Order: sequence, then structure tokens, then C-alpha cells
Amino acid sequence: MDTLVAFWNDLPVVVRILIGIVAIMAPLMVLVAYYTYAERRIIGAMQVRIGPNRVGFFGLRMAGLGQPIADAVKLMFKEIVLPTGANKLLFLIAPLISIGPALAAWAVFPFSPGLVLADINAGLLYILALTSMGVYGVIIAGWASNSKYAFLGALRSAAQIVSYEIAMGFALVGVLVAAGSLNLGQIVESQSGSALHWFWLPLLPLFMIYWISGVAETNRAPFDVAEGESEIVAGFHVEYSGMAFAVFFLAEYANMILISALTALMFFGGWLSPFQGVPVLDEATAWVPGFFWLLLKTFFFMFAFLWFRATFPRYRYDQIMRLGWKVFIPITIVWIVVVAGMKVGHVPWWFD
Amino acid sequence: MLENYLPILIFILVGIFVGIAAVGLGFVLGPHKPDTEKTSPYECGFEAFEDTRMKFDVRYYLVAILFIIFDLEIAFLFPWAVALDSIGMAGFWAMMIFLGILVVGFIYEWKKGALEWE
Repeated sequence: MDTLVAFWNDLPVVVRILIGIVAIMAPLMVLVAYYTYAERRIIGAMQVRIGPNRVGFFGLRMAGLGQPIADAVKLMFKEIVLPTGANKLLFLIAPLISIGPALAAWAVFPFSPGLVLADINAGLLYILALTSMGVYGVIIAGWASNSKYAFLGALRSAAQIVSYEIAMGFALVGVLVAAGSLNLGQIVESQSGSALHWFWLPLLPLFMIYWISGVAETNRAPFDVAEGESEIVAGFHVEYSGMAFAVFFLAEYANMILISALTALMFFGGWLSPFQGVPVLDEATAWVPGFFWLLLKTFFFMFAFLWFRATFPRYRYDQIMRLGWKVFIPITIVWIVVVAGMKVGHVPWWFD
Repeated sequence: MLENYLPILIFILVGIFVGIAAVGLGFVLGPHKPDTEKTSPYECGFEAFEDTRMKFDVRYYLVAILFIIFDLEIAFLFPWAVALDSIGMAGFWAMMIFLGILVVGFIYEWKKGALEWE
């Protein structure tokens, strides 16, 4: 063990960082792959059908667990069509702008106390900055494709993402006021106490707005007018095929997981045990690692993404914009004032 | 201090590299047989009617302008929110005046109909 620690400390810094990045990214990629599988199976179950259940490994079906691998391999061997009149450079840069930030945002994400790749003070600011980059990928893809559907989809999608980003930003300001720190680890620590101290209760309206904005931000149902199949086919990535499309797909699902994990982190206590402060259960579950609780909470929100898609009919575009501008922004502004007043007034229960 | 940000720089580069590797792999493994029908922009089987880079609704532009104003506002709120404990009542009321001015502007644009989508 000691030699292992010594060996680790002897490695150059860059190598250690690269190992850390792989340790985050490899499970993330597997999670993304099996999230697509889970989506098809869960929505299948909700619509009383089976979903993909054929592709397995070594001739065994295994309930279709081989499906995401087969999908990836299929996409790899498909032609990447470059449409006529497309701006070829921007057309190929757009997916990179989508995937880069979607993955890099995980750099500041704390998985357990102290277990974080880059423990910076401006963690939340960094996440806000990187998640804002996604909209450039969308708009560049739509403009560079030289297709009307892609162009309209990009316009709609960009206006929607931008509108909900404001509500999201205001909700984050509420979290900052309550936690008093931009560091994600300290935001989690400031929620410790019991499940009632987690920010979902004192910041209930901001939690709901953050979560709904997160669904809108990733262009998922019921806010997926950007790719309304009946109107503009697939939206901004209609001209993309093969791996170029797969990269957009990967970025979308990585973003969904990121939003779920951030909601768990900022409003549901991250790695904190839900039994904290409960007399008997707290000691009985003390052996459970914090990472397990974080994973459990994240999985719940990831499931909710799929649940929403199977449950709600699609919003109309004017309704989406009205919800974002005329409902969410006023509510968030009022609640920021309330929370800040509680904080400077030292009102107990909220921020004692 | 600054070396804390090195992993972030490397992570961004690796993230972009993953994209380049995936698209590059697609180009290497996939076929490449373009023809005029295949590469023409998709328009439900029709020939393209007009140029794609056409005029679009001015409201998208309006949303973008409003977004800049509010996003700047959020950028101002971030440091205030973190420092609220140490700046106390004075800081609180200063930001309330600032937010009040913003809200007046917000009501104005609402009444002007800048937020309407019919």
C-alpha cells in the first residue's frame, strides 16, 4: 500500500491528472451508453411494450444489454455526410463545442468529501460558464448545415436555452446566498444536519425552477420543440449522420446526467446520508459510502427525465417562452429577495 | 492557486479530443461515397426552394438582447451572494435598489409586449 502511494506521488502531475480524468470519463461514458438503453426500456415499460431485448453478448440475450454497444458500432461504420453548401469547418466544429463542455464540467464535481479533480473556489461559476457553452454548438450546427429545418431548429433551441438559462442562473444565486460559497464541496457541507436541512426545502421554488429549467436546457420532453418531429424533423442536427450525430447524442445525454447530478448536489445534499440526524437509522447506515447516496439521488433525477418524457405532452413554443420569462423569472427574483432577507436577518431554521 | 486550474484546462482539451477522436474514427471506418442527391439539404424530398440563410423573426434577436441584460445581472449577483455574510444590511439594500431598477425595466418590456409570442 505504501509503495503504491509512493509510486502515485512520484508520477508527474499531468499523468496523475490524466488518470483522474479517465477515472471520471470512462464510467461516465458507460453510464451514458446504458442511460440510452434504460431510456428505451423504461419508456417501453411505461407504454406497455418491451423495448430492445435482443442484442446480448456471446449469443446470450441478457435482456438486450448489448444494445448500446451495437448502436455505437453501427454509427461508427456509417458515412458522415457533408451537405452541399455547408460550411464544412463549422459543421465539424459544432459537435466538438457540444461535447467538450458537457464532459469538462465534471472537472469540479465532488463525488465524495475531498474526492474532486479540481477543488477550485469558483466551482459553480465554472459550471455555469461551461453549461452556457452548449448553445454555441447548437447554433453553429444549425447555421453551418445549410438546411432550413436545421436553421429553424437552431433558432428555436437557442432562444429556449438562453431564456431558461436566466431562470437557472437566478436559482443558482439563491443556492449561493444560502450556502455562502461557490465551492461545490462547501455547498454540500452547508446542507448537513438532516434531510430537512437540504436546500430543497428552504429553496423549494428555486429547486423546482432549477430542475424544470434543466429539462428545458437539455431540450428534453416536454420542452423538445427544437426537435419537434412533426414540424422540423430533428432540429439542429438533422443533417448530421454517423459519428458526428453520435457526438451530439453523447453530449445531450452527458448534459442530462450532469443536470441530474447537480440537482442532487445543490438541492438534495449530494453525498450526505438521508438518515442524518435520525436516531437509529443513522448509525445503522453509517457504513454506506457517501458516493452511494449521491449516485442514488442522481439516478432518481435521471429516471425523472425519462418519466417526464413518457408522461407529458409537448409544450407549444409560445407557452415555453411565456413560462420561462413571465413565470420563472419573477418567481426567482422574489425568492432571491426572500432568501437574502432571511440570511441577513439571521432568521432561524433556514440559516441558523 | 493557479495550479488548481490545470486539471480543468486538461479536462477541456481531453473533452474536445474525445469529440475529434469520435468524428475522426467515423471518417476512417465509414464509407465516403457522396452524390448530389445524398448531400443536398434535407427538405422532405423537395428540391431546396430558396437559400437557407433567410430572414428570420426579429423576436429571436430580441430574446438574445434581453438575455444579455439578465445574464449580466446574474454575473453581478454572484459575488454579492457569496459575500452577503460579510457585507450585511448595507450590501443587502444596495442590491435591492439595483434589483428594483432591473424590475422596473422588466415590467416596461413586459408591458411593451417584448415577451409576447403569438
